[in-house]
Amino acid sequence: MRLSPDEMIFWQHGFIKLNGTIAFTWGLMFVLAVGSKLITRNLSRELKRSRWQNLLEIVVTGIEKQIEDVGLRHPKKYISFLGTLFLFVALASLCTVIPGYEPPTGSLSTTAALALCVLVAVPFFGIEEQGLGGYLNSYVEPTIIMLPFNIISELSRTLALAVRLFGNMMSGTMILAILLTITPFIFPIAMSALGLLTGMVQAYIFSILAAVYIAAATRGRKAKPMQEIKA
Amino acid sequence: MDNMTLIAIASIVTAGLTIALGSIGPALGEGRAVATALSSLAQQPDAATTITRTLFVGLAMIESIAIYCFVVSMILIFANPFWNYVIALNAGK
Repeated sequence: MRLSPDEMIFWQHGFIKLNGTIAFTWGLMFVLAVGSKLITRNLSRELKRSRWQNLLEIVVTGIEKQIEDVGLRHPKKYISFLGTLFLFVALASLCTVIPGYEPPTGSLSTTAALALCVLVAVPFFGIEEQGLGGYLNSYVEPTIIMLPFNIISELSRTLALAVRLFGNMMSGTMILAILLTITPFIFPIAMSALGLLTGMVQAYIFSILAAVYIAAATRGRKAKPMQEIKA
Repeated sequence: MDNMTLIAIASIVTAGLTIALGSIGPALGEGRAVATALSSLAQQPDAATTITRTLFVGLAMIESIAIYCFVVSMILIFANPFWNYVIALNAGK
């Protein structure tokens, strides 16, 4: 039973392997990049616009609104990172309708890489917003005794992000594989639909959690009163 | 009972117990979370989007505990290092 697309090896030359994870990741990157480039070639500002441009606008404004709701005040600074996370994971899950495709997020390497991106991005945005001293001060926030706990929570959040996404994607494909050997026809389709739903929810969760972590790192103490007035 | 049998029995029993016991807690927790979210939605329907989003985030965090148990169970069944070691040992004999 195949545990992850890492084990689908397409081509091997000694030490270097081209496995399913790499191939499908690059395929997704190609689809996202080339698709966006083609759609945004002639953007129009009038009421009449192509349906693909409409689709992209819905997606982008939706993500912007979600980022703003989480508490990040200038969503345009963060939308490239958070939007990419969401689009990649969502497309990786949606494409399971294509036969022969295994989501690359079903491999712990991909999800660990994504979680490491978030681990690096949180201090990056935090230092950009609050300066190095301000960001480091947030680690000793209630008292200095909390310093090791804050560091541990940072690392465990990253681990949780990686394992959560990996577990959900892998369990989806594995349930499907197991059911196909038992009841070949109707039930696997229902489970595949459930897998699509959980894939989209997990994509949303991943990006929203990343947004929440970034918001916690960029918040600082002075921003609090303004948030209370807004609410 | 030799080593191979012992390792096999321990792995299989532990895998089953892990996922069985490990899904009780998150299931109860998620039930309580959704119940509270529904009652607060009934009290304040205007905050529906905030409540729903927070509910989903909370559910994902609770669910990840069950996912950890599932991953441990899968490792015990499919990627068990002790099993592979014992197989290699016996194949070498």
